[in-house]
Amino acid sequence: MGGFATLFSDYDVLAAFWTTVKLTVYSAVGAALIGTLVGVLRVSPVTVLRSFGTTYVNLVRNTPLALIVFFCAFGISNTLGVVLAPRDSPTFIVDNNFRFGLIALAVYHAAFVAEALRSGINTVPPGQAEAARSIGLTFLPILRYVVLPQATRGAVAPLGNTLIALTKNTTVVSTIGVVEASYLMKTMMESNIALLFQIFAIMAGGFVLLTLPVGLVFTWLSRRLAVAR
Amino acid sequence: MSSSVPVLFDAPGPKARARHAVIAVVGVLLAGLFLGWMIKGLANPDNNQLSADKWAPFLTPEAWTAYFLPGLFRTLQAALLAVVLSCLGGLLLGMGRLASARSLRAFCGLVVEFFRAVPVLMGMLFAFNFGLFVLQISGNTVALFGVVTGLTLYNSSVIAELIRSGVTALPRGQREAGLALGLSGGQTLRSVLLPQAVTAMLPSLVSQLVVILKDTALGYIITYPELIRAGQNFASVNGNLIPTLMVVAVMFILLNYALSRVARSLERRISARRIRAAPNALLLVEGLAPDGIVEGEAAVRDQH
Repeated sequence: MGGFATLFSDYDVLAAFWTTVKLTVYSAVGAALIGTLVGVLRVSPVTVLRSFGTTYVNLVRNTPLALIVFFCAFGISNTLGVVLAPRDSPTFIVDNNFRFGLIALAVYHAAFVAEALRSGINTVPPGQAEAARSIGLTFLPILRYVVLPQATRGAVAPLGNTLIALTKNTTVVSTIGVVEASYLMKTMMESNIALLFQIFAIMAGGFVLLTLPVGLVFTWLSRRLAVAR
Repeated sequence: MSSSVPVLFDAPGPKARARHAVIAVVGVLLAGLFLGWMIKGLANPDNNQLSADKWAPFLTPEAWTAYFLPGLFRTLQAALLAVVLSCLGGLLLGMGRLASARSLRAFCGLVVEFFRAVPVLMGMLFAFNFGLFVLQISGNTVALFGVVTGLTLYNSSVIAELIRSGVTALPRGQREAGLALGLSGGQTLRSVLLPQAVTAMLPSLVSQLVVILKDTALGYIITYPELIRAGQNFASVNGNLIPTLMVVAVMFILLNYALSRVARSLERRISARRIRAAPNALLLVEGLAPDGIVEGEAAVRDQH
């Protein structure tokens, strides 16, 4: 048991998980925004916009997240010279990488949010949209007032799965030096190899604690919000 | 043909068509602006990523024989090993979750839920260090061991869940008929339920291959020389990181896109009967989903 105490006193486990939580929450908001936009594009009446949506989903979904993270950090930041933090700030590199990590996570998961929404739209019976059209609504009002409210309720379960996946995928931004849970795990293992199992237990346990309630809440929500048909 | 009737919007008249044309032009212009900004940034004079000397190295045979093809080979090798082991592990865990012995069911359930909650990267880090220090595997093998073990632990649990949901989705009569014939519970599972469940979940299984292939990229972190790592080695020799990442991305996208097409065509073939039975999917009826129906919940789950 002494191993656990040493690990907790030598390393700031909670701070690392706090970074994980921050990454998750911020990028979930971003992914929801981009994903809704892409989802709407994918069902829009304008063919060109529809193909934009489809292209986005196909490109992003088939690229490893690590590559997207690299593109953001090395490509957009280092090469295109876009920075998201004041250059003269002492924490410039840390802040900049954290923010580009956020963007990469949001961009990547937006594709899955769009797919979840589309599967939600698929659960809405055609009669709903037909009724909306017959009272003279056009595309956006139909989505806004009739289809999307029902579709999001139908999409709760896949959206919850996306959120859980997002939580776990925040570990990938450790590749650009963001000190979150998996980065800390790597550091801990480098100098405490005798405590290998304890380290894994702590870190894996942390993720179980993070994702289990999310899963339970979303399962409960998806039952509670399900549209009775 | 009723399948081409749009449901989310009326068939456009002359005014709507004109409006759509305007929106399309604006959309294309915006996309063009974005692309132009990217290209201008990439071609900035201080650090031109589009110059010939950044791209010429790709035309040399060594680029492919020494870097990209070996990298691709190792990516595929890890993915293939992980697929085979995950299918085996998933089948065992899935059968365990459906077993009649309660303790076995609980144990397998615990394993599945645990490894589904742990990020693949952490599984890999653990397996890598376990292989290195506990099993004393040396050299390049330990990185491969780490990647394959990490991927297998996670994907076995996902496949076990797929199998379980596939079996529970079967009509109850199937199991009852098996039992009525005098088969034992295990025999019914193996020879009646599993064959049907596996057929039904084949598309999700193929999509899971895309996930496994993408996740091999995480092997980068535990120094497994897969495609991205090979690309970075190549880029550090030639000083062309951005072009290399682009080439690697294209390779991944082509490979995964081909796999997801296979998954979709399988799904379409298998669900051809189900579509007629359940015609209430909006996008399906209106023909708005050119690439087939949206995967069911089980398929969307975990595919990240």
